[in-house]
Amino acid sequence: MYKINQQPLLFESSRPGRSTAILPESDAPAKPLDAMIPPEHQQQTPPPLPELSELDVVRHYTNLSTLNMSIDGNFYPLGSCTMKYNPKRNERLAGLPGLGEQHPLQDDSTIQGLLAILYDLQEHLAEIAGLEAVSLQPAAGAQGELTALLVAAAYFRDHEPDRKRTRVLIPDSAHGTNPASATLAGFETVTVKSDPRGLVDLEDFKAKLDDETAVFMITNPNTMGLFDPQIDEIARLLHDRGALLYLDGANMNAILGVVRPGDMGADLMHYNPHKTFSGPHGGGGPGAGPIAVRAHLAPYLPAPTVAKREDGSYYLDHGSEKSIGRVRSFFGNTGVLFRAYCYIRSQGPDGLRRIAHHAVLNANYLLSLVQDVYPVPGGTRCMHEFVASARTLAKDRGIRAMDIGKRLIDYNFHAPTVYFPLIVSEALMIEPTETESRDTLEAFAEALRAIAAEDPEMLREAPHTTPVSRLDEVKAAKTPVLRWTP
Amino acid sequence: MAYIANTPEDERVMLDAVGLDSIEQLFDAVPSKYRLNRPLRVAPALSEWELTREIAGQLARNEGADRRVCFLGAGSYDHFIPAVVDNMAARGEFYTSYTPYQAEASQGTLQAIFEYQTLITQLTGMDVSNASLYEGGSAVAEAVLMALAVGRRSGKVVIAGTVHPEYRQVLKTYLAQIGPEIVTVPAVEGRVDPQALAAAIEADTAAVVIQYPNFFGQLEDVRALVKVARDQGAPAIVSVDPISLGLLQRPGDYGADIVVAEGQSLGNPLAFGGPYLGIIACRQEYLRKLPGRIVGQTTDRNGKRCWVLTLQTREQHIRREKATSNICTNQGLLALRASIYLAVMGPQGLRTAAESSARGAHYAAEALGAVEGLSPPFAGPFFKEFVVRCAKDPRAVLAKVGEAGYHGGVWLGRWFPDLADCILIAVTEKRTRAEIDGLADAYRRALEAL
Repeated sequence: MYKINQQPLLFESSRPGRSTAILPESDAPAKPLDAMIPPEHQQQTPPPLPELSELDVVRHYTNLSTLNMSIDGNFYPLGSCTMKYNPKRNERLAGLPGLGEQHPLQDDSTIQGLLAILYDLQEHLAEIAGLEAVSLQPAAGAQGELTALLVAAAYFRDHEPDRKRTRVLIPDSAHGTNPASATLAGFETVTVKSDPRGLVDLEDFKAKLDDETAVFMITNPNTMGLFDPQIDEIARLLHDRGALLYLDGANMNAILGVVRPGDMGADLMHYNPHKTFSGPHGGGGPGAGPIAVRAHLAPYLPAPTVAKREDGSYYLDHGSEKSIGRVRSFFGNTGVLFRAYCYIRSQGPDGLRRIAHHAVLNANYLLSLVQDVYPVPGGTRCMHEFVASARTLAKDRGIRAMDIGKRLIDYNFHAPTVYFPLIVSEALMIEPTETESRDTLEAFAEALRAIAAEDPEMLREAPHTTPVSRLDEVKAAKTPVLRWTP
Repeated sequence: MAYIANTPEDERVMLDAVGLDSIEQLFDAVPSKYRLNRPLRVAPALSEWELTREIAGQLARNEGADRRVCFLGAGSYDHFIPAVVDNMAARGEFYTSYTPYQAEASQGTLQAIFEYQTLITQLTGMDVSNASLYEGGSAVAEAVLMALAVGRRSGKVVIAGTVHPEYRQVLKTYLAQIGPEIVTVPAVEGRVDPQALAAAIEADTAAVVIQYPNFFGQLEDVRALVKVARDQGAPAIVSVDPISLGLLQRPGDYGADIVVAEGQSLGNPLAFGGPYLGIIACRQEYLRKLPGRIVGQTTDRNGKRCWVLTLQTREQHIRREKATSNICTNQGLLALRASIYLAVMGPQGLRTAAESSARGAHYAAEALGAVEGLSPPFAGPFFKEFVVRCAKDPRAVLAKVGEAGYHGGVWLGRWFPDLADCILIAVTEKRTRAEIDGLADAYRRALEAL
């Protein structure tokens, strides 16, 4: 890391006339351009793209890459993001032409191998969820949330045409995507309070549950890293009112093979295969957001899904008129889904359960190593992640969660998620994942403990070893410079 | 077990530290009544070699663009991907990092996104872009949500019938619960008549959506269409083909308000439809409603130039239920690939890709036009994609053309009942004269045989 200090922008390295020969001229018979494309459709000047040699480009991106932290290089305990190892075997398989060279509209008969994989993935995701039907279409977790809520809305419109279910209940500990998705799906959102432990405040939930409630969205384990054991009670109360329970699958890593969303009463859920099933996060995407639902909601799923004929062949089922339609073009984020499938197949039933076991063991062990310095409001036990608080350090020594996160970078660790969930002050949300070793966890705990004793003045200026020091974020927002100009 | 580092000894030490005897006790918070008391019914674990053998074996059954000459398009195109793109994007520092929340440890990704935003504004002639959206279809929906959020008008959304049918379906899904009504202006001869568009626009029309080149490859009179929208005060949203911008007029030149595109063509593989790249760019005045992540330039404590995620008060993690988009993750790796593609192609390379595609397509249209039983239904100018009408059952013809080794085109009857006898054919710069001649020959034989 940090081989260089600063890399000029592509545009600053551009020299007129410099180029890389990539393409030949077409060997189709030449025709005057104006005879093909009428002059009024042609651009007057070429786009002012940079002009670079191939080596310029290679050096540029190689040097830029050294300015990043990454899973391949660093422990990355970013809470709620499940930054686990991204297996190289999956990358090599995803690079095969049998995936990359497949056009989304080629005839079903020419893509039987991939359809077999996607069909089998649907089956596996249904079993892991304990739910009956799966759509692989949504492009990200947030789009999965939206899709599932649209499925719920379509279901209610169909089954209770005379009734208006207008509300979605959401705990105050939820990710921001939950309320944003609910709004986009046309619902009014109602916030449900957390109790002192960080679980759903059941009394507040009961008070807010009414006949206009369509869905309750719960993340379980929640963003505090706690499993909410009231979930079956919550499900019963919802179902008695005819409402549905949605499970945000962001934290599935903690419960794979241990407990299934369907068995705890969920009617719909989304997966984050880039988290739970090791899809590389790509510097901020791509993800995917497949959803699983109970059988009675299946007709409303977006189309197409993969179906199997009696003769064993596969086809794309373009759905019934009950389907909510599409939330994106073409099939889905196939490349991400494919890696998830490779990952699941590498694990088998025991392996999947061991993921949950060791994700939870690692988190609890790390919690035990730091809790005397960083109080954990959720208690001494957690699931796959925990939220520590720098509240006392902030009060006594003026050391804030952000300072600690920044200083960790000097110790060669990525920072945890800071200031989330919103219900914990000075939150440090730490998720080690199952792929980290005990040695790494101990080194990280040692760094956290050391930082708590460091000079607050020095911490406020951390990090000190990075190519750039702390940035002026206010300036970036006040006078936005969002592109290079000559 | 794959990817778990803890040894039995580690496990014991760690359990001791947390004061438990077994891992199962860690799950005491999960009531036993709904715990799974059997193994998951999933396929048994495979070692790396077994996995490789099985998956590679399955993939080898597919006959994609590597095995049949590909003339499929309709929003996903077989353009050439330079080796530099694959090689650079495969660096673990890029693809195994995450959203650059910690700017000091993510300058590589942040600078790459800032460059991507700049490249997109250069390509489109627009003022600002973002760190990307999911893909071309939901990008149309996000653009319409943006226009609605700007909030000057709350009436219907008018969309041309020549916009990709799946993009129109996505828009319909996105607007299903929040209104407003969508009015589709039908295509005539494969294009939208500016007067028909004008007639569909009302005083409170919230947005007008068109595509250029359109779904059929036709070059609409985009200037007239945009003008019609803007004259009546409705924001003009245009969906474009980024490769075409090496040759065709830029949206910024003809006055578009918001531009969206499917960015797959810029160095991203076909990959059976995804992950792809949603491009969006707009005029400055729409910036505060631009969805998704945005990278901005700033300085660090020492005054050094650097980059950071900015304007986050627009986003869902701050605004929650008041956010106008729920998008969180962008398509970082795909945006990186698009940047590397544009950097290595340069203005000249992009021009060659666009011009060679157009030349191949025009040659193919002539070659196919000479085949007995094929005729062009539309007379307008086109870029790299065109429609042929087929005198015999087009699906049977395509099946025969397929047997001859070609992905011969996309049947339009799937979306357009009135074009049930038509096929959409795309030509990229990868197609040679011999391949085009071969396609025409395959069509000729197929039509003769049926």
